[in-house]
Amino acid sequence: MWYLCVFFHRLLDYRKAEVEALAKLFGAFHGEEESFHSLEWKLPQHHHPDCPYHFVNLPSEQIASNIAKRSILVKGIYELWGEGGSYEELEEAIKSYPDDLKAPYMTSDSTFRIIVDSFGNSLTFQEQNERILKFAFIPFKGKVNLKKPDHKFWVMETDNSGSNNGLPPVAQKRIFFGREIGTADRKLLPTYQLKSRNYLGPTAMDAEMAFLMANQALAAPGKLVYDPFVGTGSILVAAAHFGAVTMGADIDIRVVRDGRGPDCNVWSNFKQYGLPMPVGLLRADNNLPPWRPGLKEMFDAIICDPPYGVRAGGRKSGGRKLLKGVVAPYTVPDDKRIGHIPSTAPYSLAECVHDLLDLAVQMLVMGGRLVFFYPVLSEDASSESSFPEHPCFSLLAVSEQILSFRYSRFLLTMVKTGSYTEEVAEEATKMHLDFKENHLKWLEEGNLHSAVFCPNDLQTDVVKESRSNSDPSRKYRGKYV
Amino acid sequence: MRLLTHNMLSCNIKGVTNGFPLGLEIVKHEVKEVEFNSDFIRNMFVKIEWKALVDAAKSMGYEELPEEVDSSMLESDEFLKRFHHALLELHLEEGALVCPETGRKFPVVKGIPNMLLNEDEV
Repeated sequence: MWYLCVFFHRLLDYRKAEVEALAKLFGAFHGEEESFHSLEWKLPQHHHPDCPYHFVNLPSEQIASNIAKRSILVKGIYELWGEGGSYEELEEAIKSYPDDLKAPYMTSDSTFRIIVDSFGNSLTFQEQNERILKFAFIPFKGKVNLKKPDHKFWVMETDNSGSNNGLPPVAQKRIFFGREIGTADRKLLPTYQLKSRNYLGPTAMDAEMAFLMANQALAAPGKLVYDPFVGTGSILVAAAHFGAVTMGADIDIRVVRDGRGPDCNVWSNFKQYGLPMPVGLLRADNNLPPWRPGLKEMFDAIICDPPYGVRAGGRKSGGRKLLKGVVAPYTVPDDKRIGHIPSTAPYSLAECVHDLLDLAVQMLVMGGRLVFFYPVLSEDASSESSFPEHPCFSLLAVSEQILSFRYSRFLLTMVKTGSYTEEVAEEATKMHLDFKENHLKWLEEGNLHSAVFCPNDLQTDVVKESRSNSDPSRKYRGKYV
Repeated sequence: MRLLTHNMLSCNIKGVTNGFPLGLEIVKHEVKEVEFNSDFIRNMFVKIEWKALVDAAKSMGYEELPEEVDSSMLESDEFLKRFHHALLELHLEEGALVCPETGRKFPVVKGIPNMLLNEDEV
């Protein structure tokens, strides 16, 4: 059945991906193969794909309602009773919508209200009332109840005056009338916003994004979710909110163990919201994970924001040896072993992602999800971007967040579709050795920091101009809000 | 550190072949309540090294786990409760994990094991 799905005008690239992940969580793809996890979508007439109005095909109203309630970016999902370019056209459409579908929501013992909403401009109270009165032709038998109605009906119209919140103008005004099935609980966001959190690090994940990541990972009660770069726990907080059991690791022991005092550490971030603490936090190196041999398929999801060297650089074990470029024996004197703080070496993005995929393919259950951010420089993004690949994973969703003119980060959602065989393990070991031997080379290649922060000289402006001339169909970058 | 974590960890010093299970050196341990979820516990059952869990629980003074198990025991609520308690509620706050092969100690401070290796161990 087709539903009208209206989004908040935010994080445009993340909206459909979120609905599809939640559709999976609530059983919309029951019995289908892991790799087919996309829904059917349609756009209203003359609408730009970035606009907030979409039609989506979902198997049942229950699933639609569950999706809307759990989502962050869905403003509401509606049963569409009619749409049109004008109120006259809309009236005709509503009248021709089958009566047996309308009748259950117009009974004399139920209450209702009509809410007016518009995209692109705001309507005064009087204008809203005028619009509501236009629907007097609908034979509602029940009473109006503004506070707690049984059924909510929405009139939603698009604005046709010029530019549309940074979107290309919609050619023709469209008005929708529908019955509300579910709306998002955005109240979560002020509760979890970072500025009220006790313990923060420089790269703490924004609450809204953390919830989107947890949704992509299908976090739910009974599932074990792992973050190998846990930091202050900002991503796991979102997973724990949805009931998942959490576990995290970080190479920096000061972050996970000490924090900033007894009530300002990773644990307190969970306590603050009354969430269950992670069942495991440890200091470990993603490059040399301390898992026992034979341990596999432990986690239902791995969610993380790997350090890619822009705001925080990755570190791995084995500092001095690697810096000297020789694997000569470096030994810690016996009397210094207690309390010795091992030095660490920089960790290139390529190696970090390789290790992450290798860890994920071993430690995820079949059908388990790997959700992580991956940075891409804008220069590369105009051509076909290439994302990390692995024979055991299928890429389900790619959502871009533009961070600056220079670079974007992409949230990648992968699902494990192949098991960890000996060949896969062998391949990974080979690559692991290559990274070790050519440490310096990999570091130079993956230096994102200098690419993002290098001074903006004339040359890049020339390049920019020539590109916009030669490629008029360049990816649309509107006012992302 | 819960015993679930303990059950997953081994000593990964270069050259060590038999780094599991890590011994427990207990300075301070406590019980921290965790909400019971029977699906989660059932899921974990097949993934756990049972003997390592039994021994670790014993060293924390919990002896209610059977030495031998099979999946039919998952029918018993009593068993699930005990398993849950041993796996998720016994918590090592201060102490160390000891490598069975080399005797290397991985300190556990404020409930967080430090598994990072020294430069000459990688």
